[in-house]
Amino acid sequence: MNRSGLMWRLASFAVAAAVVALWQWIADSRLVSPVFLPGPDRAWASLVRGFTVGDLWEKVVGTLEHMAYGWLAASIAGIALGAMIGSSHRMRTYVAPSLEFLRPLPVSAIIPVAIALFGLTQGMALFVIAFGAVWPIMLATVHGFAAVEPRLYEVARSLHLSRAAVIFKIALPSASPDIVAGMRLSLTVALILSVVCEMLAGLDGLGHWVLLSARAFRSADLFAGVILLGMIGYITALAMNFAEARLLAWRTVRH
Amino acid sequence: MTSERAKAFILPLVLLGALEIWARVVHLQSDSLAPPSAILQALGQALADGSILAATRDTLFAAFVGLVVGGVIGLILGIAFGIFETLDRLMEVTVEAIRPIPSVALLPIALIALGFGYRMEIAIVAFACVWPMLILSRAAVRDIEPRLMEVARVLRLSPGQSVRSIVIPAALPRIFVAGRLAAGIALIVAVTVEIAINPLGLGASIMLAQQALRPDLMLAYLVWIGLLGYALNAVLMAAQRHLFGYAAVVEEPS
Repeated sequence: MNRSGLMWRLASFAVAAAVVALWQWIADSRLVSPVFLPGPDRAWASLVRGFTVGDLWEKVVGTLEHMAYGWLAASIAGIALGAMIGSSHRMRTYVAPSLEFLRPLPVSAIIPVAIALFGLTQGMALFVIAFGAVWPIMLATVHGFAAVEPRLYEVARSLHLSRAAVIFKIALPSASPDIVAGMRLSLTVALILSVVCEMLAGLDGLGHWVLLSARAFRSADLFAGVILLGMIGYITALAMNFAEARLLAWRTVRH
Repeated sequence: MTSERAKAFILPLVLLGALEIWARVVHLQSDSLAPPSAILQALGQALADGSILAATRDTLFAAFVGLVVGGVIGLILGIAFGIFETLDRLMEVTVEAIRPIPSVALLPIALIALGFGYRMEIAIVAFACVWPMLILSRAAVRDIEPRLMEVARVLRLSPGQSVRSIVIPAALPRIFVAGRLAAGIALIVAVTVEIAINPLGLGASIMLAQQALRPDLMLAYLVWIGLLGYALNAVLMAAQRHLFGYAAVVEEPS
């Protein structure tokens, strides 16, 4: 980063600090009742307390676990199904329209069905998160496969490559930017559904923690939980960017 | 084309037929599944007694008001950030700190501040709708042909005038795309909030049907919510094509 970029960054942090100071001032002057709005000092104290003497770390891990298992299951299933559908013209004609029809379905509507099937369990949460996160990945894979340069397929045919070889050597690498974009979108979906499932099923995690804090009117704990959830969202997106840059480095080098 | 279309319907019809036959053969008694005929019947009943329409009205009302509130806030911020780069750079850290907060995480805050009902749902929908609107309209404003902005300068338009007569018309196709995406998000968030906690609308009704051990009604609501999502998307896509042709389609962010 050059010098002026750094200066802008610092200025931008200063603005953010000013916003936090404003928040503190609003809380201190009691413009908003402290029952709803704790100051940043109280939220910070609650964070520190939660991590040192409390079990906040376990809640963070709980949410991360729900998210990670659901998302990984969705990634594997989504890429596999997407590759299967995308690599066959017949599947694309017969199956893809049904998937496109299901795409705008608000996935949280599947939650009651999952509760009826699995009860209020970890399995329910895993199913819901994986179900919700699978769509963006699967549709991105199908799309990526459909958009492969047709001449590459011709090359594969003249080389007499098997279908598996075509998928692994040509289609998957060529569709990988689409797939990674789908996986990034799914990450957000997985976090949201993790929080909702934890709230509904009382599973160990930040979703349940913020809801309990709200019910007990412990607003400082509540804000601490929300801040942590924001950080999880931010850090997972950042990790995804990093992974994307590493995985797709060969693409940018070639151009 | 017509035969391609027809092929699209084969798979769902076969699946539904198989489910129907299987349910009848094993005399299905389940808390979670129901034969398609029973689902259709439950849907017909819920439509006839108006309960599903009332729930739809509640959900759409909350989603729509939230979309308007959040969309307008996002649009104003997006245009301001797009025009004044200084402002955008100064606010960057603040925006990037707030944006990753998952909308449903705000549920408990909205709950203690606003209580159950429309207001908390609208607040959460609005929060979720601000971001796509802000980011896409900012990008749209930034990509406006620079010469148009020069025209505004030459004509000595006031900032308000140039926004009204140059920025908004030039960025309108992409702003509409942003609005369409935000509308989809609004419906999803509204249903999610209702399922998680708010005793209102379609989300609450589907949860109630599940708790009442009425799988037919529960799945009827699921089908209805799916149709609603599909119809909303289809209508907005058609409007987009009708209004802007391919000006907006090309710029679609995936």
